[in-house]
Amino acid sequence: MPAKKLPAPTSTALPAKNGDAILLVGTMKGLFLLRARPDRRRWDEVGPFFPGSSVYAAALDTRAGRRRIWAAPSSMHWGAELAWTDDYGKTWSRPATPLVRFPESAGASLKNIWQITPGRGDDPETIYCGVEPSALFESDDAGRTWKLNGGLWNHPHREKWHPGGGGLCLHTVLVDPAIPKRLTVATSTGGAYRSDDGGKTWQARNRGVRAEFYPDPNPEFGQCVHKIAHGAKPGRLFLQNHWGLYRSDDGGDSWKDVANGVPSDFGFCMGAHPRDPDTAFIVPLHSDGFRCTPDGKLRVYRTRDAGASWQAMTRGLPQKDAFETVVRDGMAVDRFEPAGVYFGTRSGKLYGSRDEGRTWQLLREGLPPIVCVKAGVADNVAAQRASGVKSRRARKAA
Amino acid sequence: MAVRFLIPGPLQPFSNGRPAVAIEASPRTVGDALAALGALHPGLRERVVTEQGAVRPHVNVFVADVNIRDAQGLATRVPEGCEIAILPAVSGG
Repeated sequence: MPAKKLPAPTSTALPAKNGDAILLVGTMKGLFLLRARPDRRRWDEVGPFFPGSSVYAAALDTRAGRRRIWAAPSSMHWGAELAWTDDYGKTWSRPATPLVRFPESAGASLKNIWQITPGRGDDPETIYCGVEPSALFESDDAGRTWKLNGGLWNHPHREKWHPGGGGLCLHTVLVDPAIPKRLTVATSTGGAYRSDDGGKTWQARNRGVRAEFYPDPNPEFGQCVHKIAHGAKPGRLFLQNHWGLYRSDDGGDSWKDVANGVPSDFGFCMGAHPRDPDTAFIVPLHSDGFRCTPDGKLRVYRTRDAGASWQAMTRGLPQKDAFETVVRDGMAVDRFEPAGVYFGTRSGKLYGSRDEGRTWQLLREGLPPIVCVKAGVADNVAAQRASGVKSRRARKAA
Repeated sequence: MAVRFLIPGPLQPFSNGRPAVAIEASPRTVGDALAALGALHPGLRERVVTEQGAVRPHVNVFVADVNIRDAQGLATRVPEGCEIAILPAVSGG
């Protein structure tokens, strides 16, 4: 007699309080949400949301008083879509017609959403999505409606981009904190592109970045950029390439090799400190043939001098039989003081440091393979103010 | 007589929770039937076909017991009163 089918897993909402540290953890089988007080010693977890769907992209948008979590569940069967919650997962909105979809004229179909990036704080209605096949979508009404960025889609280079192992995906979207109309995106494999006019026109920005898989290892475009992160000063970027670790001090106009003292310059993730422009974090992997941590040691490498040197951060991380992989969106850095650093592995382990990488704790294990980690801060007071809902204290005072 | 779609569990949030949806019109083809289904429940059609109108690669559509991939695809004829089953393919990871 066939066994009775189990009901789909369900989850309660995340009990987040104002000022809490929030982690969004996307996995191959759904999204998990975690919260902790600002000391970040003890984490509560809820999930999975969208069980069975991969979630390569998620974002917390607290601009203009929101407390909105965006997620991009992708079902192998039913496709990828954008969903959101304004109550930490109690209810999710999934429009009948998916928000992000290629127009018929593009002749393409959405395969996955790889990145969700809220715009600048002074532009709270703008939000971006990087998708597969490589394209940028943008919304100027806080995510109600979306359109394909034509400047990048019609770029003459696009038809010469080729898929990497993860597909032809636009996985990185950076809004420049200092220059209002500057956007930087990265696609595998196509490289980095920058717009200085709000996305109307785009220029390749790969000078100095190697592409070892081409006869000419220094092409104008075609690099397999794995991740770029903004350093905490104008123009500074850190880049983890498919072979190669780089820094730019001119917004990507040129790149300098900074793989000084790392066991390998292959890797995927890149985290930058929110205040110290010289500090960044990576997890080197052995090679593109063996995409695991070298020597079975799980080590985060940290630079405090903008890449002139890197030091292994190992306290609390396994240094034996740890053949782990951290993928391109598997690392996040929070804005607390001291900054917290988090990363998830393909083996479903989530690690965190609340002292800028000096010591590490295993926050969770046994999760599905982790493909996305995002860090944020709950700002419920601003959300209540924006929605007209008064806090208990305010109601009492009234 | 109406054509009846059988809706798999993961898509029932887009059919108001119903496991079957009847189309009162008399569609000639599966494509016509899906268009009629989409008019009633847009979220269903969007998840069966891509934005370019192709059946998603890991979704199977059966007219009675015939997989339309083995027939004429979306041009497969729909007999009066038949059942059309939307089923996830045996794929995953």
